[in-house]
Amino acid sequence: MEIIVCVKHVPDTASRIKINSDGNGIDTSDISFVLNPYDEIAVEEALKLKEAQGGKVTVVTLGADNSVSSLRTALAMGADSAIHLKSDNWTGDSYATAKALADEIGKNSYDLVLFGKQAVDDDSSAVPQMVGEFLGVPSVSVVVGLEIDGSNGKAEREVEGGKEIVEFSLPAVISAQKGLNEPRYPNMRGIMQAKRKPVNTVEVGVADSKSTVSQMEMPPARSAGKIVADVSELIDCLKNEAKVI
Amino acid sequence: MQKFQGVDYYNFDSLLSEEEILVRNAVRDYVEDNIIPVIEEHNQNCTFPMEVIPEIAELGVFGANLPEKYGCANLNNVAYGLIMQELERGDSGLRSFVSVQGALVMYPIFSYGSEKQKDYWLPKLAAGTAIGCFGLTEPDFGSNPGGMITRAVKDGDSYILNGAKMWITNGTIADVAVVWAKLDGVVRGFLVEKGTPGYSAPEQKGKFSLRASITSELIFQDCRIPAENILPNVAGLPGPLKCLTQARYGISWGVIGSMMACYDSALNYSKTRIQFDKPIASFQLIQNKLAEMITEITKAQFITLQLGRLKDAGKMNHQQVSLAKRNNCKEALNIARVARDMLGANGITDEYPVIRHMCNLESVKTYEGTEDIHALAIGADITGIQAFR
Repeated sequence: MEIIVCVKHVPDTASRIKINSDGNGIDTSDISFVLNPYDEIAVEEALKLKEAQGGKVTVVTLGADNSVSSLRTALAMGADSAIHLKSDNWTGDSYATAKALADEIGKNSYDLVLFGKQAVDDDSSAVPQMVGEFLGVPSVSVVVGLEIDGSNGKAEREVEGGKEIVEFSLPAVISAQKGLNEPRYPNMRGIMQAKRKPVNTVEVGVADSKSTVSQMEMPPARSAGKIVADVSELIDCLKNEAKVI
Repeated sequence: MQKFQGVDYYNFDSLLSEEEILVRNAVRDYVEDNIIPVIEEHNQNCTFPMEVIPEIAELGVFGANLPEKYGCANLNNVAYGLIMQELERGDSGLRSFVSVQGALVMYPIFSYGSEKQKDYWLPKLAAGTAIGCFGLTEPDFGSNPGGMITRAVKDGDSYILNGAKMWITNGTIADVAVVWAKLDGVVRGFLVEKGTPGYSAPEQKGKFSLRASITSELIFQDCRIPAENILPNVAGLPGPLKCLTQARYGISWGVIGSMMACYDSALNYSKTRIQFDKPIASFQLIQNKLAEMITEITKAQFITLQLGRLKDAGKMNHQQVSLAKRNNCKEALNIARVARDMLGANGITDEYPVIRHMCNLESVKTYEGTEDIHALAIGADITGIQAFR
């Protein structure tokens, strides 16, 4: 089975985020970047399918030179090869991202394209479905269970208050949700082997951005709490100050 | 609790390669998820977390700087050191376990063993399906191992061992012991397997330090082992001392992890602990302590990174390892003690990792050469005069 996993290089969620001087993005100078945690789940699922059914796992990312380190993480986990779509004018727009990924994926043979359900930086949750659309193949999002049998697949999705089972034919696009599996740690041998695995860099011009980020702001600082003397004062505050009851 | 972010005041990471960072982060994540949540209980109960052995073997930390043909990762020595740092941020006992397996068991078998010994033991030790220990120290011969009284005598196709070793990490659970004994007055290395008649390894109890690590005596009473179990390619005290150089190199890195854990804990505590209506971090005496800590951590990082680069270039000498081991252990213990102070009464509980690290570091500062002995090694090197012979 040929599996393509699309990954994104994102700020570590534990990093302290600062807005850049232009006010339209984050200051990346002081923060560490990691493989998007949901994409780790997608990589793990691809590796499990490969281990069970054979095949090849290729990881793809779109981004600047530093995003190669997330490809290396995926290679260290056990992916076979990587494609780095390098772009100087990519701004992060979901449509443009999906278009660039779909153009590249379409050049390869594939049975399954896996994504994390969203990137933890912009939280758009948009690219996997768009890629499915561009490729003209079924896409199933927010998947917590996956079975592949020949050219058919069955996925379990989280829906409000329950679960949904979706059947589809391959090739297909799947986006992974927490609970699908427990991603492995890259091991030491894997990390050394990753150095010898091929990373194919493809220069892409990213066009068709449908949106631009015009402004970014930190959430307002929380104001200090208030200590009340008794329950009646509390109720009074909730009624008249906070106006919530 | 917020995920540990590392301590990097001088853009230390910019001196590391991509795979060195990957190695460090993988081990850091593993320790954060699997060791930190269970270690206090193991420390309280004086048990080693046996259940993690297959996991850390899969992670590939045993003998990680040895060749791939034995199932190892062939990492460089800086990456190996960063593994030690992250393990010891979890617990010195865990790092000790891995140090012993790699530097004191796999290293001597790799360096001094026969092809048969290497092919038999190294893959098992790398996979964690066999555990090893290293028997050099004796009850009456610590800093002066050359005085050892354990003896080996050749008898036909066997050697017969008599004597006792003490303070042996992993002894009770070891499948194979690398034992140093005098044969015709010369220190030689022997592989003794668990279950060999005349060999026992009772656990030493009553420790206030390295409680989540097994420490044992090794007792040999007419213990007969096959003659092929001698390590053929080593004779004399420099053999085991070279193993200790490997282990001390790992300790130099490891205790930086302890420093980071204590600093991180003290920093977070002092920013949230309110006294006199403000965080104690706003007091000058606390800030001075934190400034001293970050200074010593930063110094230790750079000394040790350069030590690793020298080791990778084949230019490291054992006196340089003495300097790093001595300095880093001393400063780690100082940091732990100061951090314990800063946490006040909370500092004596297992709600915080500080007192566990503090107690552990008393051992780490002592084993593999005390502060004084390493000072003498450095002193002998720079003056040309040995003070202890």
